[in-house]
Amino acid sequence: MLILHCPYCGVYAEETELHAGGEAHLKRATIGDSDEAFEEYLFMRENKKGVHLERWRHANGCGKWFLCARDTATLEVYGTYPAQTTEPPADIVAAITAKHPGWSWKEKA
Amino acid sequence: MSNAVSALNGQEAKGDVTVRELGLTGMITLRGDFEDENFGAALSQITGAGVPDVRHFVQAGDFTVLWMSPDELLVILPYEKAAETVAAFDAALKGTHFLAVNVSDARALISISGDFANEVLAKLSPVDMSADRFTAGMVRRTRLAQVAAAFWMLPDGSYNLMCFRSVADYAFGLLSTSAKAGKVGAI
Amino acid sequence: MSTRLQSLGRMIDRSKPVEFTFNGKRLRGYQGDTLASAMLANDQMMMGRSFKYHRPRGVVASGAEEPNALFNMGTGDRFEPNQRATTQEVFDGLTIKSQNHYPSLEFDIGAVNQLFARWLPAGFYYKMFIHPRPFWKYVYEPFIRQSAGLGQVPKEKDADTYEHFYFFCDVLVAGGGIAGLAAALKAGKEGKRVLLLEQTADFGGRAVVDGVEIDGKSASDWVAETLAALNAMENVTVRSRNMVAGVYDHGYVLGYERLTDHLSDKSGPRHRLWRIRAGEIVSATGAIERPLSFYGNDIPGVMLASAVRDYVVNWGVSCGDRTVVVTNNDDAYRTAITLKQAGLSVPAIIDARSSGAGPIAAEAEKLGIKVMKGKAIAKVKGKKRVTGVQICLQAGEGSVIEEIACDCVAMSGGWSPVVHLWSHCGGKLNWDDDLAMFRPNPEKPPLGADGQAFVSVVGSANGHLSTAAVLADAGQTVTTNEPAEAAIQPVWMMPQGAGVKLRSKAWLDYQNDVKVSDVQLAAQEGYESVEHTKRYTTLGMATDQGKLSNINGLATLSAALDSTIPNVGTTTFRPPYTPISLGAITGVARDELFQPVRKTPMFQWHDANGSEWEPVGGQWRRTYAYVRDGETTKDAVNREIVNTRENVGLLDASTLGKIIVKGPDAGKFLDMLYTNMMSNLKIGKCRYGLMCNENGFLMDDGVVIRLDEDTWLCHTTTGGAAHTHDWMEDWLQCEWWDWKVYTANVTEQYAQVAIAGPKARQVLEKLGGMDVSKDAIGFMEFKDGTLGGFDARVHRISFSGELSFEVAVPASQGAAFWDALLEAGAEFGVMPYGTEAMHIMRAEKGFIMIGDETDGTIIPQDLNLHWALSKKKDDYLGKRAQERSFMASPDRWKLVGVETLDGSVIEDGAYVPAPGNNPNGQRNVQGRVTSTYYSPTLKRGIAMALVKNGPDRMGEVIEFNKEDGTMVKAKIVDPVFYDKDGEKQNV
Repeated sequence: MLILHCPYCGVYAEETELHAGGEAHLKRATIGDSDEAFEEYLFMRENKKGVHLERWRHANGCGKWFLCARDTATLEVYGTYPAQTTEPPADIVAAITAKHPGWSWKEKA
Repeated sequence: MSNAVSALNGQEAKGDVTVRELGLTGMITLRGDFEDENFGAALSQITGAGVPDVRHFVQAGDFTVLWMSPDELLVILPYEKAAETVAAFDAALKGTHFLAVNVSDARALISISGDFANEVLAKLSPVDMSADRFTAGMVRRTRLAQVAAAFWMLPDGSYNLMCFRSVADYAFGLLSTSAKAGKVGAI
Repeated sequence: MSTRLQSLGRMIDRSKPVEFTFNGKRLRGYQGDTLASAMLANDQMMMGRSFKYHRPRGVVASGAEEPNALFNMGTGDRFEPNQRATTQEVFDGLTIKSQNHYPSLEFDIGAVNQLFARWLPAGFYYKMFIHPRPFWKYVYEPFIRQSAGLGQVPKEKDADTYEHFYFFCDVLVAGGGIAGLAAALKAGKEGKRVLLLEQTADFGGRAVVDGVEIDGKSASDWVAETLAALNAMENVTVRSRNMVAGVYDHGYVLGYERLTDHLSDKSGPRHRLWRIRAGEIVSATGAIERPLSFYGNDIPGVMLASAVRDYVVNWGVSCGDRTVVVTNNDDAYRTAITLKQAGLSVPAIIDARSSGAGPIAAEAEKLGIKVMKGKAIAKVKGKKRVTGVQICLQAGEGSVIEEIACDCVAMSGGWSPVVHLWSHCGGKLNWDDDLAMFRPNPEKPPLGADGQAFVSVVGSANGHLSTAAVLADAGQTVTTNEPAEAAIQPVWMMPQGAGVKLRSKAWLDYQNDVKVSDVQLAAQEGYESVEHTKRYTTLGMATDQGKLSNINGLATLSAALDSTIPNVGTTTFRPPYTPISLGAITGVARDELFQPVRKTPMFQWHDANGSEWEPVGGQWRRTYAYVRDGETTKDAVNREIVNTRENVGLLDASTLGKIIVKGPDAGKFLDMLYTNMMSNLKIGKCRYGLMCNENGFLMDDGVVIRLDEDTWLCHTTTGGAAHTHDWMEDWLQCEWWDWKVYTANVTEQYAQVAIAGPKARQVLEKLGGMDVSKDAIGFMEFKDGTLGGFDARVHRISFSGELSFEVAVPASQGAAFWDALLEAGAEFGVMPYGTEAMHIMRAEKGFIMIGDETDGTIIPQDLNLHWALSKKKDDYLGKRAQERSFMASPDRWKLVGVETLDGSVIEDGAYVPAPGNNPNGQRNVQGRVTSTYYSPTLKRGIAMALVKNGPDRMGEVIEFNKEDGTMVKAKIVDPVFYDKDGEKQNV
């Protein structure tokens, strides 16, 4: 059972306090966007065996959403960070890259 | 109002650890920007307390102010004062972005006191309740078995726990059952 | 025979005799006895029957690995099957029964299966029960069900209580042997928070039994001193009878503490499940001795050498007068010596190694024990008890050299480290050829959240078998009196050239009756993977999870495959280490605490007044109908509707979600959330709104009211409150974080009552305090004021189609307000109504219900709710999705009303078949009913349905299917059945 650090209240929360929210950094497509772009936004998800960027909410806690870089195979956590960002912070990217040279996340490095 | 009744009407389960519903209590959810000078000023002017540290609370006279999240506090006060205090926040913070709302009736407040009160909570919540880790002045929002709850430790070593009114019966049952089951003797 | 000795027995207190009952027979033991030791002291060697062949079985081991000695324990509400005699301590009044036999343990009809053993080989089920197909249901399955399963199922509700306990530590040490004690002491001295868990009642493990001297002290003194030091440390917690059941991701550990299993006094929780979060885990779980595979190795009296030694030293019990020791390593010599020193007879040590043992052999011979090198057991003689052994050459095929009379065989095939906790989270193993064992591979540990190893292994669990090496592994350098040992010689079959006759009575898995020949057959039939072989033969699948059998089994398999043991590998180690009770997993979650039940402030009144409860929105309880004496539920529902339509009804609507949305950007935010416009709602007004998800499908609905310039209150469905609040917070935190909006879920702040019916206004006027006239509060308006002294918010909204007020008061006053309404309404014929009456009344009005008319695939357009889709807005959640071509297709099923021609009620879930079949050969469909009721107002069945091109087919008669296979004709009509112009609600 996972433990993730909530960057808002500082608690190392176990999974039963958390709610998983799927892939992070989705870009909302809407009115005016093509069917392809909308399909991408609504349905197309990363399904990696490896480092994944994902959304979690400290639901039984401070109620805040945060983002997490986690290896789906080894469960190694490279860090959690606030949801109010469009890409992972540099230190987390560096930590991932150190272990997985050449790692990339969609269009973001 | 004289016909106001709290969720469990002061129910009590006495024992080595006593579980007691605390009756009608005023509660205000206060959301805003803690960094904003106006916010802090209004808070201390109305409650006498400053913004508490993360996951802590401060007490000042009738008021207890608890940290709930980075933009939310809970003000605990006498039940009769809740409406007027919301009005006071509305007046003091007018023109800024904030939310003050009376939630006194939405919650139940339960006291857990006695020898192994911390172990009673540790039977139900995934929180490190050992004496040197969870100390007086701390607040924790978490899960009590299957429902959301928040509890905090008072200077006398007892705990107050807050949950939604609709599940007060369930929370009281959990706490009194766990208290009756006795001490673990581990923390 | 097995008996109690005059001396020895460090675990038992001879001054405290206890009495227990076995198959109705009263037996005596001492406090500190396990069930197994007490049974042996009473010469009860035979303890059960095997699963498949019903062979007589005795106890083999002395600990958690025991496969045979399982009992039905307790009676009535404390009955539990499959309790292990080697881990259950006896207490006064304990009642046990042997299992898996009929009519008795001594004489069992099922033992006839042995005669058919030739036809019950590996994979028997798969081969036997395939043809003819129809036999499966009527012949094979009933037969298998009858014979499957060990023990009986408890029939009464468990009288015991259970609980959980969350605990956090830096270091968790699993196992209280010398390795665990030393590891805990080391971590404790470093100032870490340490938890040491020992599964038995006793600390020190094998070192104490073996009488080792550590730095000149007896092992028991060393243990006592170390324990005292640990107990003196504030930062160390030591618990016994607490087994580490499993290691899970990120340092999560389950500890299974047994509190009253060993006591007559059953008060207090029986088991406590420790839910531990540990920074690091030290597995000091020791090692388990392996049996040897020879003919008749399952006959009662054939036991592990270490167990025979344990029974003598720990419980003062001899397992037999004459014990033959058979081994491939030095350790079993200790058993021979111990027995001899206890005054018992050891006719021979049969050592499979032609070079024999190290210095310990001389010690044995000095005591007069005959050591036979390079020898093996050809056959064990005896049926329900060993009577002797036939000796042969290990290198040969089993020609008998001599026969030795004995009543006990102590065997040792070497030791297997208990690597379960290392392996639960993926720690890998290495095969050590010299020691003939799997050991943890330190290069491939289980990894934690930080990518570092979080489990380590010390002592015997790490493959160290001597005391000095064990303690060195745990960080202590000591000197001991243990002699050097000669190397083990792996022996997977005894004798090595045993023919099929011997192999087919050489057991690998005692509990599941898997023999050497079964595994060889599996290999012959093409099973190469150890996981497949396990499932085919059921090797290691019994309740002991193959603790004794796995290594021998996979060694047999690798030999049969002409491969090596590391190549074949092990099966997966999964938690729990030994079975734990369902009660412990459940904890306090039973009866009233099984699940939270959410109650409104008026719950008690409802409950006292005939409420038939309905779970709504998950955990809420709402009244379905208030059933009076002499009424059926249906009668009550009809009465409530008629009364509401004619007089006035009260509905407890407190469960509806209420969410405050406030801020300069709140209007803009709500415009995105709802399909209709909310930003232009006037203060004091109410507006019905729809919420869709990003896929365009309807998610929730409710009335939104505007409280002031920047504050709205959104009502949601009962089940949608928490979800809608979470949904709002998700968008505010994760997408539009620069928008200035705060939300608060105030659902439970208010008790809310719908007062509906032509006389509703009169009831409120009777309460008095505020003007509730049409001019003061128009339809879809609200006002704050007081009613009968209650602070109230009065909304003019209607879900019933009647003149209706929804009044919110503080929840603490909800019960009093309800009483006041009943009193004030008495003269107007007020009656409360439940959710079923509400549902029918809304259906009569053609109002949709989330969850009835919607199912997660319905867009507002399907329900003809175009009027609620704002055309002025550029965007709202779901808008883009609704632009997709198939959402605009004219072929979508759309909402209509339907009336049966004969006035009957269409069945729930009925479909409208269409001509022809689909590609799967199923009947085509063109619609389905979504809500269907008997309307007491119209005195006929009414329904809503989604029908292909429905709104264009008004007046057409279609057919709905019925459960009895017939069809019912119904006409497509407008879904508004009652008061089409809304004259009744707008007065």
